[in-house]
Amino acid sequence: MNTELTGIIATFLLTMAIAIPLGKYLAKVFAGEKVWTDFLKPLENGIYKLSGINVKEQMNWKQQLKALLTINVLWLVYGFFVLIFQNKLPFNPDGNPGMTPDLAFNTIISFVANCNLQHYSGESGVSYLTQQYVLMFLQFVSAATGIAAAVVFFKAFRDKTTTQLGNFWEFFVKSITRLLLPLSFVMALILSFNGTPASYEGKDQFISLQGDTVHVSRGPAAQMIAIKHLGTNGGGYFGANSAHPFENPSYFTNMVELIAQVIIPVAMVIAFGYFIRRKKLAWTIFGVMTIGLFMLLIPMLSSELGGNPALTKMGISQTTGAMEGKEVRFGPAASAYWATVTTIISTGSVNSMHDSSMPMSGTWQLLGMMINSFYGGCGVGLLNYFIYLIVAVFISGLMVGRTPEFLGHKVEAREIKIAAIITLLSPFLILAGTAVASYIFTNHGNAAWAVQPKSWLNNPGFHGFSEMLYEMTSSNANNGSGFEGLGDNNMFWNLSTGIVIFLGRFLPIIGPVAIAGLLGAKKFIPESAGTLKTDTKTFALMTFAVILVLNALSYFPALALGPLAEYFTH
Amino acid sequence: MKKYIIESIRLTLVLLVLLCIVYPVSVALISKMSKGNGGGEKITKNGKTVGYALLGQSFTKPQYFWGRPSAVAYNAAGSAGSNKGPSNPDYLKEVQSRIDTLLKYNPGIKKSDIPADMVTASGSGLDPNISEQGAAIQVQRVAAARKIDVKKVKELIALNTQKPFMGVFGPSSVNVLKLNLALDEL
Repeated sequence: MNTELTGIIATFLLTMAIAIPLGKYLAKVFAGEKVWTDFLKPLENGIYKLSGINVKEQMNWKQQLKALLTINVLWLVYGFFVLIFQNKLPFNPDGNPGMTPDLAFNTIISFVANCNLQHYSGESGVSYLTQQYVLMFLQFVSAATGIAAAVVFFKAFRDKTTTQLGNFWEFFVKSITRLLLPLSFVMALILSFNGTPASYEGKDQFISLQGDTVHVSRGPAAQMIAIKHLGTNGGGYFGANSAHPFENPSYFTNMVELIAQVIIPVAMVIAFGYFIRRKKLAWTIFGVMTIGLFMLLIPMLSSELGGNPALTKMGISQTTGAMEGKEVRFGPAASAYWATVTTIISTGSVNSMHDSSMPMSGTWQLLGMMINSFYGGCGVGLLNYFIYLIVAVFISGLMVGRTPEFLGHKVEAREIKIAAIITLLSPFLILAGTAVASYIFTNHGNAAWAVQPKSWLNNPGFHGFSEMLYEMTSSNANNGSGFEGLGDNNMFWNLSTGIVIFLGRFLPIIGPVAIAGLLGAKKFIPESAGTLKTDTKTFALMTFAVILVLNALSYFPALALGPLAEYFTH
Repeated sequence: MKKYIIESIRLTLVLLVLLCIVYPVSVALISKMSKGNGGGEKITKNGKTVGYALLGQSFTKPQYFWGRPSAVAYNAAGSAGSNKGPSNPDYLKEVQSRIDTLLKYNPGIKKSDIPADMVTASGSGLDPNISEQGAAIQVQRVAAARKIDVKKVKELIALNTQKPFMGVFGPSSVNVLKLNLALDEL
């Protein structure tokens, strides 16, 4: 068998071999049961003490969300000012300038929201201080925010009826001390011993074999690359992200980074089942998500391994597949696998340039981000899935003529209204955003922005439209990857995607947590013969159908104008 | 509300120390023991740095193996791909002219010998590798320019070919800088 395919099969199997036990471990950690990492307790107690936090204090769902939003707003303010004034602050060995307010607005929302859309380039746009004290810091805490929100959601279904959902700060701190920080430490060392720079030295310079003078950007990259994957953030240290040989030196590190970005989202699903003592439900959800992964991966592999038909016509050899925007050390198969997981999970780091992928691959990448819950981001993936689940419960209930209920709690008008709003939010933000962008591109091409609208697109025709659609989709999904040909560092894109990222992050956290909180407080109805079981194959199929129908209805027209049109005319 | 604000500020300060000082500095210190001392592994010739093992560089002279096309001319302080779409007509013209250049400078090769990686820009613009086939089509040219035996050049390619990871995972590749350095040292 071809070594490129064995490579991705091994990567997938290793991922699951790590993620499943990790999920069981997380369930215990958040339930406060005994685990081997309990030696870290003194560290946590120290953190609570210094922060003046009493973790014995129980919070209801509203208090949980208040705490979550308060600390997130604080980070927005803190980061915004550092970004603007980074040129006047220390640790800027390359002398990079401060950000413009609109770029800082975009960047800070993007990193607080775990999106990591980057309208700057790592080498020239930020200082070492910004990279570590703002961007890398936020990669940790935004991932921990998502995980903590998911644990609040778990809590609502653990006991029969409860309003006491634990302490937000405890979940948040434990996500860092018991999960993100130890794993990042190990991974950063693996990367640095395989060639990724990790020290604080500034730019280097050398004279190449042919006599050219070359400047080399370096810096503490390994530390950031570890958390950027584990936390499903995706924001790279260097402009080319994980395609850069320093960020991703070899096939081995590529496997490590691929595994790292998938383990926590998968582990959260498993943890959910073990935490609420309904393992079968978790495996059903896991099954739907995994089938979703393969349904996007297989066609993507087939179009990338097939090569670019336009190049085949020129008569060259494309035995391994399409290579534009890809690196030889990874090859097209591992690049297609990466493009799949980075879009279904909201990582958004790239090891190949998605703008140069085959048209049909673009469709699968967009669809992965539109669905945004085949595993999904750290914690939030499961929350997104929960919305589909509630819609599926509701529709099934109507079909069989019973009051819809989920895990022993009646699902009523208020919950369905919230689920409906969250379901409609994504298509609204993506499609309205793309429509406005297209309007400005066609009608106000000469507007005096940093990049004039008529010069936004790096590619003509349908592909150009896909660049705008991708940018909005990636923002709403808090993904952060891009069709990077788009000239996005200007007033319009900075502000519009900043707003889309913000809404696309916090409403889909607030909605599911609110639904869970409302359901958890309701009277528990014991299971009877009339109960709609949510952990069966039939219900899994139902949820899958809901996901497909909702997304097809919402996005098919836009996809038809972009990548599909390109495919059929190509 | 006020309580949450104060808790948020204090917690943020504590975490800044843990995540932005303790964690990265300890990794940086341990990485001093790695091959490149945590600053990237350098390649030297006669005591002078001529490049980084992981970073590709521009080769245009006939006596050197050429790397892949780069959208940023191998600028190691500004990595990027071309971001050209697969059906972009300007892009396709560019690829055609790369094919023509390869055919012109590498006598004896056919169009169907040229692998895709030699006519497409890499994702980073700094790809240090080419495929084995990408090296094979340049053997005649390099051997002629250096007036050495073709067999010798082929041997050096074999020496500088990285096999798939553990023999079974991923593609094989040739490191262009190391190969060229080996040629210079003949």
